[in-house]
Parts: sequence; C-alpha cells; structure tokens
Amino acid sequence: MSIAPPPINNETIWLTEDRPDAGELGLCVHCGFCLNACPTYHDLGVETDSPRGRIALMRGLDNGRIEWSPRVQQHFDQCLQCRACETACPSKVPYGRLMEATRAEAFARNNWPRRQRLIWRLIMRGLFPYPRRMRLAGYGLKLYQRTGIQALVRKSGLLERLSPKLADLDVLSPVADRPFYANREAAEISASTPVRARASLITGCMMPLAYPETHRATVRVFARNGVAVDAPEAQVCCGALHAHGGDVEAARELARRNIDAITPEDGDLPNAILINAAGCGSHLKEYGHLLRNDSEYSERAAAFAARVRDVHEYLVEIGFNPPGGEIQRTVTYQDSCHLSHAQNVRSAPRDVLRSIPGLALSEMRTPDKCCGSAGIYSVVQSDISKRVLAEKMEDVLSTGAEQVCTANPGCMLQLDAGIAHYDDEGRMMPRSTHAIELLDESYRLGDAATNR
Amino acid sequence: MKTPTPLVLELIDAIGEEAVVWHDEDLLVYEYDGTIDRGNPDVIALPATTDDVINLIKVANKYDAPVTPRGAGTGLSGGALAAKGGVIIGMNRMRRILNVDVENKTALVQPGVVNLDLGAEAERHGLAYAPDPSSQRACTIGGNVAENAGGPHTLAWGTTTNHVLALELVTADGEVQWIGHDTRDEPGYDLVGCVVGSEGTVGIVTQALVRLVPRPTAVRTMLAIYDSVRQASNAVSAVVASGIVPAALEMIDKMTIAAVEPVLNTGFPLDAEAVLLVEVDGPESQVEAEGARVEGILNRFEPREVRSATDPEEREHLWAGRKGAIGALGQIMPNYYLLDGVVPRTKLPDVLDGVYEIAERYRLPVANMFHAGDGNLHPCLLFDEREPGATERVLDAGGEIMRLCVDAGGAITGEHGVGLEKRDYLPWIFTEADMETMKSLRAAFGPTENFNPCKIFPKGHGCGEAGHQHAQQQIAKFGPKAFV
Repeated sequence: MSIAPPPINNETIWLTEDRPDAGELGLCVHCGFCLNACPTYHDLGVETDSPRGRIALMRGLDNGRIEWSPRVQQHFDQCLQCRACETACPSKVPYGRLMEATRAEAFARNNWPRRQRLIWRLIMRGLFPYPRRMRLAGYGLKLYQRTGIQALVRKSGLLERLSPKLADLDVLSPVADRPFYANREAAEISASTPVRARASLITGCMMPLAYPETHRATVRVFARNGVAVDAPEAQVCCGALHAHGGDVEAARELARRNIDAITPEDGDLPNAILINAAGCGSHLKEYGHLLRNDSEYSERAAAFAARVRDVHEYLVEIGFNPPGGEIQRTVTYQDSCHLSHAQNVRSAPRDVLRSIPGLALSEMRTPDKCCGSAGIYSVVQSDISKRVLAEKMEDVLSTGAEQVCTANPGCMLQLDAGIAHYDDEGRMMPRSTHAIELLDESYRLGDAATNR
Repeated sequence: MKTPTPLVLELIDAIGEEAVVWHDEDLLVYEYDGTIDRGNPDVIALPATTDDVINLIKVANKYDAPVTPRGAGTGLSGGALAAKGGVIIGMNRMRRILNVDVENKTALVQPGVVNLDLGAEAERHGLAYAPDPSSQRACTIGGNVAENAGGPHTLAWGTTTNHVLALELVTADGEVQWIGHDTRDEPGYDLVGCVVGSEGTVGIVTQALVRLVPRPTAVRTMLAIYDSVRQASNAVSAVVASGIVPAALEMIDKMTIAAVEPVLNTGFPLDAEAVLLVEVDGPESQVEAEGARVEGILNRFEPREVRSATDPEEREHLWAGRKGAIGALGQIMPNYYLLDGVVPRTKLPDVLDGVYEIAERYRLPVANMFHAGDGNLHPCLLFDEREPGATERVLDAGGEIMRLCVDAGGAITGEHGVGLEKRDYLPWIFTEADMETMKSLRAAFGPTENFNPCKIFPKGHGCGEAGHQHAQQQIAKFGPKAFV
C-alpha cells in the first residue's frame, strides 16, 4: 500500500507523434463507471480488457512503469472500439481517440505476425483504397455466389478445415445479388423543387457492392426532400478501417484524396457531406483531427469534417416530409456504436422509423450495445465477436421484431449472420435493413397509392 | 520472463488458468480502485462458483496469503486494494441473478451482479432495488454489501443493510455458511447485520438474498436554485424538520456545477452557489401533497427558482448531473480525494463553512455534492498528483475535514466504509475497548486475520505504516483520545 508514485516522463516509449495524449489520459479518474458498458470486460471479466484498465496500461507505458509487450498489446487488440465507454464516462475521456493513437503505435511497431501483415498490405492497402479493384473483387464474389460454389463450399465444410478464419469471412460475406452502385447514378436523380440544399454522398468502398440499394434509397429520399445529391467520381474509401487498425498513414492519404474529391479548392462546399454508414461517418467527422498537423490540409480537413452528416441526422435537421405508404411490420433498431456512442445520434433514426405508417418499433433491452462486428474485428477476433453477437441476438429475438434495422454495413452483415445462426424458428426476415431504405419504401408505396 | 510462484501455480490448479492473473503488466490494473491509494496484489483470482472461492481460500490459507475481495473496484475508501499484497478475489465473473421472487419481493443474486442490472431486472417485475449508489451503473452487490453502500434514495429507504435478508458466506476456514433468513425477522443474533459493512474482513459473500421494494406510482423531482450555500442548507434542515421524508434530498455546489454542466448539460445554472435536488415519491395523492409542502418550504429560503421535472426524461437528466458529478470532476483537475463524513443535519451550514475554510487554507479547490437529507457530506478535494506535495496537502486537509465532522458530533463515514483510507481516524470515534470488542467479533467468524488486512482498524502488522504518516500527524495534532 502506498500513495501513487509521481509519473516519470519517459519520452522513449512512444515511437510516433500519434501517441496517446498524456493530458487526455489524465482525464480518467478511474471511477470505473465504464466497466459495465464494455462488451469485452463483460465477456472476458478482467480489468485489463476494460476501458479503465486499458487506459491504465496506456498510462503505465506513458510513464515507463511497464514496457510494450505482446501481452499488453493483446489487451489493446481485443478492444472493439465501440466507444460505449465514452457514453458511460462522466469525465468525457476521448477513449476512441486514445485507442486509435495506441493502435497507431502498435502498427508502427510492425510486430504483427507475418501473415497478418501480408494480409493487411494486400487487402487494406492494396484493395480497399482502389474502387476499381474493389469492383473486380465484387464481381468475383458475385460469380462465387451465382455459380453455387458458395453453397457447395458451405455444405462441404471445406473452409472450416482449411482455415476457420476464411470460414468466418465466408459467413460474413454480403449477398451480392444487386447491380453494384455507380457514382454517376446519383446525378441521374433530380431533386424536387424548390431545391433546398446541395449535398455530396460518400459512397464508400464496400457499400456500393454490398448495399447498393441503400445508396439508391438515400439519393431518392433526399431528392424527394429537395436536396440535390451528387457522388463525386474521384472519391475513395474513407479510411476508417485503416485508422481503427492503426494504419494512420494510409488513413491520412485517403482523407486527403477525399477532401480533394468532395471539396476541391476551386469549388463551393456542399451544404452537407452525407454518409449512410456509421463507422465511416464518425471517422469522416474526425478528418480535422486526423490531419491537424498537415500544414496543407488541416484547414480544409476541419471544414470538411464540419459538413459531415449522418443521413438520419441530416433528414431530421432539414425536417423531412412524412412518408405516406404503410409498412405493416415490427422492427427493432440496433444503434450502430459509431452512430450512437461516437456521434451521439440516437433519436434521429428512431424518428425516421416512427414516421413510417404501420411500422412498429420494438426496442431491445440494450439497443446500443455492440453486435461484435466492429469493422474487421469480427474476422480478426472472431471468438469474442461471436460471443458478443450471441448476446446481442438473444436481445434481438426477445423483441419479437420481424426485421432488424441498423445504420452501418458491418452491423448489417454481422446481424444477418446472427439471424442465420440463431433464429431457428425463422421468425425474422433474413436480411437486416437500413432505416433509409424503409423510408424510401414508404415514400414509394405512398406514391403508388396516390396514383392508383 | 517472470515465472509463476507456487501460490500462482496452485491457484491455477485449483480454479483454472483462465481464472488467474499474475503477470506484472496485468497486475498493474488491479492496483487502484476509485480512491487515490494504491495496493499491489501478487495475484488475481477470478472465481466462477462458490466452490472456486472455497478452493482458492484453501490455497491462500496454505501460503498464509492475504485475500482481498473486489467487485468492480469503484469503491471510495480503498476497500478493494490489496494493502498487504496477496490475492485479490475478483467477484465480477459471478454475476448471475439467480431468482426473482415477485410475490415475496426478494432476489437471489451472485455478488458480481451490477447494482443497476439488478434494478433493471426488478423493474421488469414492477419492483426496485432501493440502494442506489452513484456508481450503480458499475458497482456490484457484493461490494455494496461489503461497504454497506448508500445512495441518494437511501434517505427514505435505508442503506444496503436494510435490504439484505440472507447471505451465503465462505469463511476463513474455507467453509460455506448461510446466515440470515428469507423472512424479515429472525430470532437470535443479527449475523447478516454484522457482515454487511464488514468490508471483506469476516468472509467472502458468494450469494445474497436481497429485498425488493414496490416501484412508486408517482415521482416528483424538484430543482431549487440558491444564491448561497447557507440558504440551501437551511432549506434542507427545514424540510427534514417538517417531518416529511423525501425519497432524496441532495445538494450540489458551485464547483460541482462547473464540472458537470459543460459535459452533461443538466441545466444547473453556472452562477448559482448551490442547488438542491429533492424527490418525493409514493402514491399520486401523497406525492401531490408532499410535493406542494416541500416546494413551500424550499421557497421560504429565497431561492432564485424552484423548478420541477415534468417527465421521466427530464428527471433522468437532473439525476445524471448528480450521479455523474464525481467522474466529471476530471474536467477540472486530474485527481480528486473524495471524503465521506456524516454530521447532524442541523450542523450542516456550519460544517460546510468549515469545509470551505479548510480547503481555502490548503489552497485546494473543493467540490461538494452530497446527500444533504441525511447529513452525509462528500467534500471532494481536487488536485494534480504530479504537482510535488499536492497529495500530502490533500491528505492533511482531508484529515482536518474529518476532524471537523467528528467535532460536530458526526462520524468518519456515511456510506463508503472506513477501508484503508480512514482507519487511522477510527480512534476519533471509538475507544480502544470498543475496537477490541469489534476485533473479537471479527475473530468469532474464524481465523480472519488474512481477510482484507489493513482495513477498518488502525495499525496492523505489515500494513506499511509509513504510507499513513499524514493521518498519524493529524491524530497527533488532535490527540488519540479525542473521540466523541
């Protein structure tokens, strides 16, 4: 027993400028309010895998009491970065930012297993940043699914034997049964008059392939509300997955390219930069922080970030027209962590759902608890992810909802996998949806009724 | 590479590798709780069952190792710190609600159940678990039992001890005992009463049968804003004197508002000197009548405004400002030292003046947010431990404030326990003979010397007396026999 030793300043422990900020670490008063909000503390039951514990580890590194070791890094790697702890924290410790900084340090150490590093280089650096390569991969997936090979592979259990990780990936792969979204489609839909605002849609890396209909619905919904939406061709992946994984260099490069694409120096700023994926939205809102030390881009990044709006948020902000078509369905809404905890957008998606005639919203006990998707976490930390999903599905199924609705592609894939695995009685629709698709459907049903 | 000690190896044999934490970097995160003290455990054991607890106690006994139970580590007196090293028993994995008996209004729970989770389960049956410490989102029932936790709503309902009917206890011999009974009244000694608040010094609680209470049908929460702390304290005294027992009666001062308001936007005015949060609940008619009377009393002390929360959301919002207050202090300074003293309610205005005076003399910002209705003060001294000498100044000031409470006819803890932090002040309220009697009660539970050593009682073999020299100096200043 002793009084806490005064921290020793050890400048050598951190390798990069992206280290966790000592002042921000100091905000934590170790009250422990975050513990019960943390899915990994709940699952693993150890303080080292709680937000307070991870902050203590960061502090221990910062003041030289412990050294960076695989054991310490494992606790950082096991964080979902769901940021539920930020909602619980009365001191408003910017945990997400601290964890991203710590992940950046981990990445800089380059001490992942060889295979993991190779996969990162191939996929995160070689594939995601290139829309055309992504599209090719998308066609590959389409072929794999259409020819029935996927069904065959799944039946054979081949992947489980080959590599359980590959099998997890296969379960989580989207159903590519719709034409991929092309950015030029946005401009083909004209806004209803009077045009109230001009917005640019960030279409992202995976959404155009996995959820093209969400984009189509988004553009139609805003057009109907007098918002002219374009989707600039030069845009790329937002870099959220890169930043969450610690690859800040790649994240910064992608951010600069998007800033050039969406807010060119010689053009007018759009009224809003729209995003319908929560994980991307929270990262886009952090562009200012990400490029704060970039002399050329820092100001433009801050201006960009200030215009970013989640689609639900913006719908409520402009006061969307109530839809008229009835959808007789009970849905439950899963708060995507990066929408609720990271962006504090909770009521807007529910406002959208409640505006739909006939639609009933049946809430979960803990709708804002992570589903375990967490970007690439569901593949990298699949064991924890599956247990977190199992708990989530118990909550989902107890609502009696016919469909689950959420606000992020990762969550949608994860919940679809959950429904396939846990909904034995087939009570639920196999595919989850995005609130904006339901709103679009209701608008269109309303039109059909009027025209009849 | 560190090698596991024989104690660690045997614990692993007893309860499994997944349930034992022993690497240095992992132990680092078990050295703290919600206080400013630290303790360094040798190993953490995370039992999943009562049998695990029995087995690990037997191993600890074999190695004569101290054992310290820990819930969520949110405590505010150092109760969950391994003051003498040894084994921390983390009860957080035993977190099942085993049964809710709606008709008899009881719940059988494991000790790691989070207070608010029990509350939520009770709510599904139209019931409530009354003790509601501010840390209820994270703290566990086991920890609540150990510290006899309170909370804003214990003014009307009583603290944890009034809500525990029976306990399953693993004793120092490694035996399991049930004490208490599922009816309200048991003949013979009140053993449950002895264990609740014993801070882990007599046994490890492995199950608790707790009382649930009906949820009130109506609630009215009022916020009264005052331009002086004295007016607010006088209003508190007047409400209490009127004979009405509000469900909660809390005071929040200017410094606390400054911390809370920017982050939680609760609507507390930044320029008010103090606000009172008063809640009355019960049947509709009673709430209406009592609410009106309380409002009348509050208005007699020249408030700037008395407003009522009209819907549950607004009420939640006001309470968030109270319950999040301690954590929010991190916004002002990186460290806080939260005191817990009780004074007769009529002495509140004078004692508060004294608290502000002491804080000023030690050049320490102080925030007050507390259960005014039962005279339970929580002065919170703010500091930065990196500033040389700051921690010592805080401890000295804390000692003076404790003394102030004792001199006013109060005591050194209302609900946080004595723990490590205030054990040296115990002679201020008890004689040597009193303390010896308490120790013989502890010994009646078995060979309990290794159960959470260095807690509650001053001195103790191997407890690092040097660390508490500041408290010792305070004692020297006022004299050890100066008990009340």
